[in-house]
Amino acid sequence: MTTRGVTLDGAGLGALMPMHLGLDSAGRICSAGSTITKVCGEGELIGLPFLEVFAVQRPRGLHDAQTLAQQAVPRLRLSLLAPPGTGFKGLSVPIARGGGALVNLSFGIGVVEAVRRHGLTERDFAPTDLAIEMLYLTESKTAVQDELRNLNRRLEGARNAAEEQALSDPLTGLRNRRAMNRALARCCADGPRFALMQIDLDHFKRVNDSHGHAAGDAVLEAVARILLEETRRGDIVARIGGDEFVIIMPGIGEYAPLHRIAERLIMRLDTPIHVGEAECCVSASIGAILSSDYAAPEPDRILRDADMLLYDAKHAGRGRIVTLEQGSERRTG
Amino acid sequence: MHGLVNRAIECFLRDTYGVQCWARIADAAGVDPDGFETMLLYDDSVTLSVIAAASRALGKPEEDLLEDLGIYLVSHPERARLRRLMRFGGVGFEDFLHSLDDLRERGRLAVPDLDLPDLELRDEGDGRFSVTCRSRHAGFGAVLAGVLQSMADEYGALIMIERGPPVDAVTRIDISLLDRSHAAGRRFELAGDARETGAQ
Repeated sequence: MTTRGVTLDGAGLGALMPMHLGLDSAGRICSAGSTITKVCGEGELIGLPFLEVFAVQRPRGLHDAQTLAQQAVPRLRLSLLAPPGTGFKGLSVPIARGGGALVNLSFGIGVVEAVRRHGLTERDFAPTDLAIEMLYLTESKTAVQDELRNLNRRLEGARNAAEEQALSDPLTGLRNRRAMNRALARCCADGPRFALMQIDLDHFKRVNDSHGHAAGDAVLEAVARILLEETRRGDIVARIGGDEFVIIMPGIGEYAPLHRIAERLIMRLDTPIHVGEAECCVSASIGAILSSDYAAPEPDRILRDADMLLYDAKHAGRGRIVTLEQGSERRTG
Repeated sequence: MHGLVNRAIECFLRDTYGVQCWARIADAAGVDPDGFETMLLYDDSVTLSVIAAASRALGKPEEDLLEDLGIYLVSHPERARLRRLMRFGGVGFEDFLHSLDDLRERGRLAVPDLDLPDLELRDEGDGRFSVTCRSRHAGFGAVLAGVLQSMADEYGALIMIERGPPVDAVTRIDISLLDRSHAAGRRFELAGDARETGAQ
């Protein structure tokens, strides 16, 4: 098959390929499209040796302009020698008559950066060039990605809120039994010493019976506030049943501070709580352990022991703390 | 309906009439006043009930409200992103009009499940054009009329628009281009900086 040659004038060539460069047989630039001229910046390109303007990355070892001007190069990778060193991909075909070559370039994947860097507009690209579509896609993809990131952030927030709800007691806002179990398991596994108090309100049933459940709820809320006030930020304060609470105190490894905290708690809970007109009197019995009481602290064992000590405290007359160490009760207040 | 559409309606109502007004409309339409997620899909009936509730609350015909929505989408400062994407349609307003034939495909490229209306531009000569808007929803025609009006301002072109009534969810819009460079138009950088593209 033979094809007849097509003859173009400079304007036609420029419109079709605004990033073309014509080379003469010596490898000097003899014509240049408007966009590549704009990108190369200051000065006239015409007459300059091609290799004084561009560095050739591929094909490797092409350092001689005459080779470039004489043979077809199907895949070219170039960059500007001068800053900012913009990269190009392209190809070169020899011109049939008179020697020399026609090089056509594009920005390839670096188009967004190149457009920004060189201040290019739609008019700098031929309508057949997909550069504009590429920019559109880049921008729309970024917009969609931002939306998805926002969605993820909101979902994450909702998940945290749901988890927070699932781990807290709706009445008092304290942790619930699940959260306490989880925290205790973590404390046992992590190793550092901690103290655990199991607290049961004394006479709470009486409050409910004589003042009603609403008053009972108000008392539980007041008790929760006191427990939070008397503990540190990192302590885990949980309501694990009707009038039963557990406090886990990481870092406490001696009985002296444990007793001080317990005695303050018992003293404060001994003070009548006012709900409207009613004066509600409760107090607290506490069973307490230290993780250092055990060679290998284990959640079920700890809770069982704390519960047993709590029972001892109740049995011994309420309003007191019983620890594993003493095995005997200590009167407070 | 795609969440992007619902979210656009929500933002339009909130930015134009205030948070409380939006909350009342959301309440009347039975949707969460926190609004819509742009990347989720909703039942069409949700969109229709929001538009109906807004029309009742504001005492404005649905078609007029939707045309205002179209104007808002392109002209409101918070919607810079969409305006920029529309500007990729062409160098001048006429190029932009011709790009409308591709609008549906452009939308799909960005968001594959976005069901934009099918548009067909006819160049009637003498600066007169007509756009036929086909969609599952009659309302898109009115939105498009508002968008075209705003995009003309964006390019600095002076146009007259006549929107026919939707017939079987097909709307015909006639456009007379009176002056293609009536005003300066807004500057458009192809690779916009973060400030320009950041707003959403």
